[in-house]
Amino acid sequence: MPSSAISFKKRRKVSIGEIIICIIIAIISLTCILPFIHVFSKSVSSDHYVLQKSVYLLPKGFTLTAYENIFNDGKMVRSMGLTVLVTVLFTVIGMIATTCAAYPLTKKRLKGRLFFSYLFLFTLYFGAGLIPEYLLMKDLNLLNTIWVLVLPLAFSPYNMLIMKSFLQSNIPDSLEESAFLDGASNFQILIKIVLPLSKPIIATLSLFYAVGRWNAYADAKYYITKQALYPLQLLLNQMVGASADSTAISALEGGAVMSTPEVLQAACVMFATIPIICVYPFVQKYFVKGVMIGAVKG
Amino acid sequence: MTDGKQNSLPSFLKSWKNSFKRDWQLYLLLLLPVAMVIIFKYASYPGLRIAFLDYKPALGYDGSKFIGFGTFQRIFKDADFLKALKNTLIFNFADLIIGFPMPIILAILLNEIHFKRFKKLSQTILYLPHFLSWVIVASIFTQLLKPETGLVNVLITNLGGQSVPFLTEKYHWAVSYIVIAVWQGMGWGTIIYLAAITGINGELYEAATIDGAGRFGKIWHVTLPGIKGTIVTLLIMNLGRMMGSSFERLYSFDNVMVTDFQYQLSIYIYEKGLQAGNFSMATAVGLFQSLVGLILVIASDRFAKLLGEDGLM
Repeated sequence: MPSSAISFKKRRKVSIGEIIICIIIAIISLTCILPFIHVFSKSVSSDHYVLQKSVYLLPKGFTLTAYENIFNDGKMVRSMGLTVLVTVLFTVIGMIATTCAAYPLTKKRLKGRLFFSYLFLFTLYFGAGLIPEYLLMKDLNLLNTIWVLVLPLAFSPYNMLIMKSFLQSNIPDSLEESAFLDGASNFQILIKIVLPLSKPIIATLSLFYAVGRWNAYADAKYYITKQALYPLQLLLNQMVGASADSTAISALEGGAVMSTPEVLQAACVMFATIPIICVYPFVQKYFVKGVMIGAVKG
Repeated sequence: MTDGKQNSLPSFLKSWKNSFKRDWQLYLLLLLPVAMVIIFKYASYPGLRIAFLDYKPALGYDGSKFIGFGTFQRIFKDADFLKALKNTLIFNFADLIIGFPMPIILAILLNEIHFKRFKKLSQTILYLPHFLSWVIVASIFTQLLKPETGLVNVLITNLGGQSVPFLTEKYHWAVSYIVIAVWQGMGWGTIIYLAAITGINGELYEAATIDGAGRFGKIWHVTLPGIKGTIVTLLIMNLGRMMGSSFERLYSFDNVMVTDFQYQLSIYIYEKGLQAGNFSMATAVGLFQSLVGLILVIASDRFAKLLGEDGLM
C-alpha cells in the first residue's frame, strides 16, 4: 500500500502547496457542514431573532418550541414511525432475497447460472416505465398500502452483484468443497460457513437498502394518495419543499405575525435529518467498503 | 444451453437431473428473487402494449384500439415532449460537464494531503451530503437561498450587494440546480478515484521525484495516467445515463417560477400519465426513454471494451 506512504519516508517540512490544498479542502468541507449548522440553529432559536435575520451559525434565544410543536402535532412522528417500519421490512426482505440470489450464482457448477444472471440483470437496464408499473401495482392491489413501498424495490440486482463479487473473492471454494465432502448440504454450508464469513457485506448492503428506502419517495408519490400513509420524505416535501415554500412566501411577505413557519420548517428539516446525521459517522466506513467492492465487478 | 456442448439428449437430461439432485437447494433459494423480479418487473413489461394502443382505462387492454406507432408519431410532434426531451439532454450534459471532473479534482487534492486526521475528517464531512434525500437537500437550500430571508442573500445584502433569486428565476435556478447536485455528489464520487490512486505503484512517484518532477508534474505524469482507466469507465457509464431524469431531484426543486426548465422527461411522464390520464403517450415516452437508455448503455459498454477498459457487463 505504498502511494500515500511514500512521501512520508522522511519527515519533511510542510510545503506551502500542501497548506493551500488543505485550505481549499477545508473550505469545500465547510460548505458541506455549515448549511446544516445554520438550519439547526434556526430550528432552536426563538422566532424573534429568526425574524430579525440575526441567526447565523449559533442559536439565539434557545428554545425547543418548534420541536414540541412537531411532537404535539403527531403527524410527523406517525410518519416517522411508518417510515421506520417500512425501512426495516424493506431491508430484511431485500437482504434475504439478495442472499438467496447471490449465493447460488457464485457456484460455477450450477446449471442455468447464466440464465438466472441475465434474468436479474436485464431489469437493471430496462424498465417498463411509470405507467405500466403503476397499472401493475393497481392490478396487484398494492396501491395505498405500505407494501407498495416494501416489495417492488426490495430486491436490487445491483446489490446482488456486489454481494456476489464479495462472496467470490472472500470465501475460498476449497472451504465449501471440503464441507460438501463431509456431507454438509448447500443450506448448511450457506448458514454455517458462508453467512458468518459475510458479516461485513451483510452490514454494508443492509445499510445500502435502509438508506435507499429511507430517502426515496418517488414511488410513494406515484402510488400513495392517502395522507396517513405518507412516508416521512413525502410529507416533508409537502410541508417544506421548494414548491411548498414559493406559495407560502407570497402568503407570508405581508404579515409580520407569521414567524413560526421559518422556525417550524427548519425544525421539520432537522427532525428528518438528525437520525441520518446521528448514525452516519458509524456507518460511513461500511459504505466506502461497499463502493469499493461494487467497483470490482464480478 | 449454457455449457454449449453438443450433448446427446439423454445424457443432457441426465446431467440436468444430476445437477438438480445435487443443487436443488440452490434452485430453491433462487425461487424467491426470481419470483420477485417476475412479479414486480417482468409482469410490468406486457403493460408496454399501451404505447401501441389508444388506451382507455375503462376499455382495458383488449377493448382499446390498436394504433401501432400512432402515439409515437404524436409525441414527436408534441411540443411538450420536445421541450422535456431538450431540457433533459441539456441538463444531463451540464451535469456531466460540471459534475464529472469535480470528484477527480477533489480526489487528487485529497491525495496530496498527508495530515491523516484532517484528511479523514474532511472525507467524513464531504461524504455526508450523499446520504441525504433530495427533499432534505432541497429544503435546506430553499431555506438558505430564499430571496429575502435566506442566509446567503442576507449576507449579500449586508455586504451591499443585491439579493439574488437563486431558486426563483429560471436561469438562476438552472445553475443552482446543477451546482447543488455537484455539491451533493462530489465527495462521494472521490471514493472510487481514491481507491484507484491507492493502486498506483509507489515507485513511479519515487522515479518522478528523482527526475525532478514537482507536485504538478507528479499529478500530471503519474496520478492522472494511473487513474485513466477508472475515469474512462465512469465517463462512459455516465454517458449511458444521458436519457435518465430523476423525478425526485426535479420534484424536490419544483416551484411555479421555474417550470420552464424543470419540465423534463420524468415530470412529463408523471404529469401526462398519472395526472392527466394520458396513459398511451406517457407509456410511449417511457418506452422511448428506456430503449434509448438501453442502447446508450450497450453502446457505452462496447465502446469501453473497444478502448480496452473493463466495461459494465
